[in-house]
Order: sequence, then C-alpha cells, then structure tokens
Amino acid sequence: MLLTFNQIVFVLLTTIPIPRDIDLPLPFSSWGLKFFLVVLFLLHILFVNLMVGGSLLAVFFEILGLNQKKYDQLGKKITETVTVNKSLAVVLGVGPLLCINLVYTIHFYSANTLTGYAWISIIPLVIIAFLLAYLHKYTWLNWQEKNKKFHIFIGSMAAFLFLCIPLIFLTNINLMLFPDKWPEVSGFFSSLRVGNVFPRYFHFLTASLALTGLFLAGWFGRKKYPLETALPEFSHAELKKIFYKLTFYATVAQFAFGPLLLFTLPYSGISITLIIIILVGAALALLVLWYLHREIKKGNDQPGYSYAVIIFIFTLVVIAMGTGRHIYREVSLAPHRALIASESERFHAILLATRMRLAAGQGAGEALGTAITGEKIFVNCAACHAVDKILAGPSLVEIYSLYKDNPEGIVKWAKAPGKKRPQFAPMPSFAQLGDEKLQLVADYILETVRQNTTSGKAAESPQK
Amino acid sequence: MDFPQFFFDLIGNRLFMAIIASIHVFINHPLAVGAYPLIVLIEWWGRRTGKVEWDRLAYRITFVLFIITTTVGALTGVGIWFTTALIAPFGIGSLLRVFFWAWFTEWLVFISEVILIMIYFLTWKRWSEGLMKKVHIGFGIFLAAFSWLTMAIIVGILGFMMDSGTWPVTRTFISGFFNPLYLPQLAFRTTYAMMTAGLCAWFMIFFFTEKGSPFRRQAVRLVAAWSFGWAVPFIPSALWYWYRVPDSMLANINVGLMTQRFMHWHHTLAVIMLATVGVISLITLIGIIRPRYITGLVLLVPFVLGIWLLGHFERVREFIRKPYVIADYMYSNGVKIEEMPVFQRDGILPYATWVKNHRVTSVNQLDAGCDVFLVTCSRCHTTSGLNSLTAKFKNLYGPEPWDKEVLNAFLRTMHVTRTYMPPFPGNDAEVEALVTYIKYLQNNREPIFDAQARWQPKPAQPVDSMSSP
Repeated sequence: MLLTFNQIVFVLLTTIPIPRDIDLPLPFSSWGLKFFLVVLFLLHILFVNLMVGGSLLAVFFEILGLNQKKYDQLGKKITETVTVNKSLAVVLGVGPLLCINLVYTIHFYSANTLTGYAWISIIPLVIIAFLLAYLHKYTWLNWQEKNKKFHIFIGSMAAFLFLCIPLIFLTNINLMLFPDKWPEVSGFFSSLRVGNVFPRYFHFLTASLALTGLFLAGWFGRKKYPLETALPEFSHAELKKIFYKLTFYATVAQFAFGPLLLFTLPYSGISITLIIIILVGAALALLVLWYLHREIKKGNDQPGYSYAVIIFIFTLVVIAMGTGRHIYREVSLAPHRALIASESERFHAILLATRMRLAAGQGAGEALGTAITGEKIFVNCAACHAVDKILAGPSLVEIYSLYKDNPEGIVKWAKAPGKKRPQFAPMPSFAQLGDEKLQLVADYILETVRQNTTSGKAAESPQK
Repeated sequence: MDFPQFFFDLIGNRLFMAIIASIHVFINHPLAVGAYPLIVLIEWWGRRTGKVEWDRLAYRITFVLFIITTTVGALTGVGIWFTTALIAPFGIGSLLRVFFWAWFTEWLVFISEVILIMIYFLTWKRWSEGLMKKVHIGFGIFLAAFSWLTMAIIVGILGFMMDSGTWPVTRTFISGFFNPLYLPQLAFRTTYAMMTAGLCAWFMIFFFTEKGSPFRRQAVRLVAAWSFGWAVPFIPSALWYWYRVPDSMLANINVGLMTQRFMHWHHTLAVIMLATVGVISLITLIGIIRPRYITGLVLLVPFVLGIWLLGHFERVREFIRKPYVIADYMYSNGVKIEEMPVFQRDGILPYATWVKNHRVTSVNQLDAGCDVFLVTCSRCHTTSGLNSLTAKFKNLYGPEPWDKEVLNAFLRTMHVTRTYMPPFPGNDAEVEALVTYIKYLQNNREPIFDAQARWQPKPAQPVDSMSSP
C-alpha cells in the first residue's frame, strides 16, 4: 500500500504504535455502521444530557425551594424525569458502544486500556449515582422537614457523579483520536492533557442545560400536564418561560464555548467540510435563539406550533454538530488507519507464506520418514523427571527400580496416575499421547537408566 | 499484543472479570428472568381472587426488583463489555464481528425490557382498575418474555466460546450461534432462574407480610409451589447439560481423556446440582405443607446452595473453553492458532506492538522476559498474586532455586501435560527470557503496575529481514 505525503509526514513526525487490526470481516458495511454510530450516539447523548441537566436543575430548584416552597415541588417533579431518563441513557448507550467497538476497534479499545482504572470505575460510579438518584427521589417527601439539608446533599452527590462520568467517557473518545500521544499517556489524568478535553466538556455541559431546558419547557408546558395537582402554584406559561430562558442563555453561551472548542482542536482532523458543517449548525442555532427570544417575549399560554419548530431546528443543529464530530474523527484517524491496514496486510502475507512453507516442509518430512522416538516424546516428561535428580517427580533411576521388568506398568501409570507422595504435586494424565507413544517412552526410560551404567547398577544392586 | 496491556497484578484479571460477571448473573437469573413471570402470576392471582394483599405484595417485590435491576443489574451487564474491553479486547473484538447481529438484537430486546419495567412499575398505581389492570398484566407478560429473550440470545454466544461447533469451518453466524451446547445451557439457566426466583420472593415475603398472618402462609405456599414446580424440570435440564459438556470438552482439546482437574470439577458440579435441587425440593415441599416451619434462617440454606451452584457452573463453563477464548480459533492470550508457527519461529515480540523490547538480546533478557510474560501469560496469571506464576512453580518444584533447564522444558511442553494451557507462542530466545524473568520473580516480589505504559517504538525495519524467505 502506498502512503500519501500526509501519511509519511505523520509517521516521520511522530513515533506511533501501529498495531494490526482484527483479522475478521465486519458484519456489515462500514458506512452503514458509521451511520448507525452517529444516529444512535446522538440518541444516547440526548438522554445523557437530560440526565445530567435534570439532576443539576433538580438540586438547583430544591435549594431555591428552601425560601419558596413552590420551587421545591418543581425540583421534585424534575427528579421524577431524571430517574427515567437515566435508564434510557444507559440502555441507549449499548448500541453506539457496539458500533464504535466495531468501526474503531483498535482506537477505542486502546483508549480504554490506556485509561483502564478510570474506564472501569465508570461502572461502580454509575451504580452509585443511580442509587443516590433513587434515594433522592423516593425520600423527597419523607425527609422534607428534618433531613432537608442531607437530602440536598444526596441530590448534589448524584449530580456530582453525573458530572464526572461524562468526563471519563469524553477523555476516552478524545484520546482515541490521537494515537501519536498514546505512548506518552499513563492513565486517566495524563490523558486529560491530550487534545482539548475541557473545551469539549464545557460544550457538552452547556448543551445539557440547553436541551434539558427545551425538554422541560415541553414537558411542563404541554396542556395535558396536570399542573393543578402536581404544581398548583405554577402556570403553563410561567414554566415554559423559565425553561425557554434556560435554553436561550445556554445557547448564547455556546457561542463562546463552540468557537473555543473549534480553535483548540488539534489540526490533525480539521477540514473544509468540517468548518462548513459547523458554520451551518451555528447559523441554525442563531435561528433557534431568535425563535426562543420571540417565545419568551410573547409569554402566552398557547401551546403553539413554535415548540415543534424550535425542536425541529434544534434537532438539525444537533445533527450538524454530531456529523461534524464524526467527520473530524474520520479525517483525524485516516492516516493511522492506513498504516494499520498496511501493517495488517504485511502480517497476513507472512502468515500465508509460513503456512505454505510448513505444508511443503511437512510433505518432505513424511517422505524422509522422520521417526517418532521415545527420546522425542520424553521431552514432555522432562519438566518433572530427570535421570538421577528429583524434580517435581521421582528420578528415572527410581522409576527404573520400580518398573525395570515391567514397562507396561509405566504406560498404565502414565495413563491414570495416582498420587503416592505427599511432597509432590499430582502427575497429570498422559492418556492423550496413546499407548504406542507411551510404550516408546517407557522403553526409553528403562534404556536410558540401563545405559547410564554406574547409576543403573547402583539402582539395581540393592535388589540383587 | 495489538492493544495496550491492561493488567491487574496481584488480584489478577480473571478474578476481576469473575466478580463483575458473577454479580450480574446472580442478579439477572433469579431477580429478572425468573422473578418477572412469578410477579405477574401473583398480580394476576390477586386480580382473580380480588384480594388486594396479593397486589400489594407483587408491587412491593417489583419495587425491590426495579431498584436492583435498573442499577446494579443493568450496569454490571454493561460492565461486562467494559471489563472485556480491558482484559481481552482481541477476544471481545473478534466475537463482536461474528455476533454483532445477535448482540444488536439483544440490545433492542434490552431496550424493550427496560422500557417495559419502567412502564410496568411506574403505572402500577394508575392502571389498577378494570381494563387497565388487564393491560398492566399484559405488559408484565411482555416484560417476562423480553427478559428471558435477552438471556436466550446471550447464551448462544457463551456456548459458542466453549464449543464453536462447525464455525471454524463455515464461519457463519447461524453455525456459531446454534452451537452444540446452546439448548442444554438455555434449559439449565431457565429452570434455574425460575426455581431460585421463588426463593428470593420467599425472602421478601418475610419483610412484606405480617408475621403469623394467614396471608403470609398463602403467599409462602404459592412461591414454594412455584419453586417446587420448576425444580422438577430443572433435574432433566441439569442432567442434559451435564452429559453434554464432556462431548464439548473432547471436541475442544482433542485428547483421549479429560484432564483430572476437569473430571474433578465436573463431578463436584454433579454433587452440588443434586444437593441444591434436593434441598430446594425438600424445603419447598415443607413450605407447601407447613409454611410456618420454614424460617428465614432455614431458607438461607438453599439460597446459599443456589449461589454456589451457579458460581461453580460458571467456573466449569469458563474452564471448558480453555485453552481457547474462541474454541479452535484463538487462545486465551489472544494468539490465534494460525499465528502460532510464525511466533514460534520468529518470536512474538517482533510482532507485538505494545512491548518495550522487540527482540531478546544478551543484555535485555530480564526486561524482555517481562514483556513476554505480559504478552503471553498476563491475561490469566499474575506475577505473585492470585493464580501467580511463582505460586504455580513453587507448588511444582518447591522453594529451592528453580532449575533453568527444567523451567524451560516445562514451558515448551505445558500444553501437552496441562491441556488447558495454550502452547508457548514464542521462540527459543523468548522461552529463555521468560525463564530468566520467572527465576527473578522467585526472589523478587515485584508486581507490575505500569503494564500499559510499557511501549517503545519498533525499530525502523522490524521483522521484514527475518521473515523474507
């Protein structure tokens, strides 16, 4: 395979590990898998956003509720959405995990192992976060009076863990893009320095708030929501306004975090396509801002079609950003993947050549009639039995003294060994070698001791 | 060798994997697969008899299941993906390419299962009357079906790892999935799950019903009858599986006789199976006839036996697949059968990406030996912790300084004498380097904590010179 100029520069400038890919075909076209990956990931991250944003807002409103009771109720209602969204976030994560493992096998697994302890700690951290979230939800009413501060603490701990977990994921997703940095990395914390983890993280957090605002504006703003019983002190319009505002300000903030992310991205994956897609996304985000602004100003109670319009444009923004992210990854990894492909091909050729040479060699060996001898088979016994030394088993001299007239006894014992001596580990069965070979070994053992005359006589003499 | 080595020295990768997988199975079988059908039965019975106590009991048990299965249960399942990614990326990466569609389908079923459990639990109070109650029970039936289906799919893949059937030849999805151990294992797990679910529900009855009340007696009778009813088909399922396993073992390792260790374990499995099913039958029978006689403490006996049985079952299952991670295709350390002649001729280090030394020389023997250890042994063995090389050799050769030649002979023939071990995938120089490292470990307890960080770029012209004819 010929390398392009860029690839050669890439190799020359860096010393990068070039492993071989797994030597089995993908179960599906790689384009199809990449499409799945982008779509399924966006679906997963949507619920992650709602989980992270929801748990932060729940605690925020609970604290506000210390002074104004109605916010406490709002916080409780938000918590009830978090425990559902968090389950969906987890299950929807498995699909994209399968896809990324298939399409980016080397890169994703390498990032996982390089940040190993942090990567595996995701599991206990998520379990603890979920249990805390349930505790927060189901004790809300019971701990209203005397344990309120502790209750807020539980909610904050859950929210804190929900903030930590995405950072570990993000660090992995980021680290996989820069194989040239892998040799320098040792563990999670040093991986935080690779690429631009933190701008990406802030971008994610702000997106979580924006999306959660949009979701809750629809959730509480819809006509069917039983406000009279659930949140009697709020009106649909009021709630809508609160959450539209949140989305508005979070989206405005993205106009600071977005460019920061883009300008700190390492050059390796930047392309014209990427810039165009990001700019389209940003333009659409401006449109969302305009709509949101109009809704906030209008402030009426009508569940207008504008919510659907905002959702639609926002979806386009998210798709643009998700696609941009994917394109960056593709461009960034292309040179390394080409190197992996050529390394895999080269190894494959070696395998084939060796197999052919072996096949030829075997034919020749058979023609010459290389005989199987007891000496050759005895190699399998030599780890435990030596001529006149005790290893893991008795010496050949001792075996000779027991079986000198009874080679079949050796065969019998080797097929189904017992355990006679407490100081030794039990001998494994050698039945798999077959009677014929064991017979050869038995003869070899007795012959060896006999030839080793001095010791042979020594072993025989006491019995004479 | 193509992935950085994640290595838990001291406790070992195996135990680490076993902990996560066992927690998952101990939750999944009795508390999901087995419990949902039982709960729906209780709910349905409550509606039929018109007694609210049944409904309340079913709801309370579901609350416990809901909390456990959506946290520890679901996450340890995902955790198996995370752990295998660290310990055996080569294995899970290969399996994923064969079984992607099975896992993808399983994922869809898993999503349905989680959505169904949320609907089932969260609508319980709202859908309590008339037609909606019927709909609610209907959702429960779907939930039970989907949670069984997720297991039914995974078992295909687990069976494949033990006995790949005709897959090494055909390489098709169907031949891999419906491997010889598929149905017996599925029958074993299904009946086990149902049987033990009754025991778990029984435990919860002690908390959720009034002591000495007639309702408690009725509830105990019901779950005891459930467990007893499933203990009956458990016996033939367990036997079916038990008799099928040695065939697979034969298919796997091509030896005339199974190793003693396996025979020993396989016998123990039969004993535990019989003991468990015997005790469960006895206790559930007493529960049906004299519900009050069985206290929580007595119930602990079959409960512990059940856990022991499943633990041993999984352990034997893991043992059977050895020395392979994918039967007849890839060894536990990630080396493929077809690669073996190349590595035994040229050495494995020149072909390994994540090592410090790419060739054994006269000056780097010890450090290269450490590389060889990490690449070829560290997926199963530690240096001096659990299942360590040092403990194994001490057991065999005693505490005196081990003989170089003897260790050398052992490493070259271990796959013949211990058929669960893969052959050593390296050349003569690498065997010697590994021997040097092992002898060093005998005198120096020195765990490896930075396995991932051991990487040096390959020399410019790596192996071309030696592989060209």
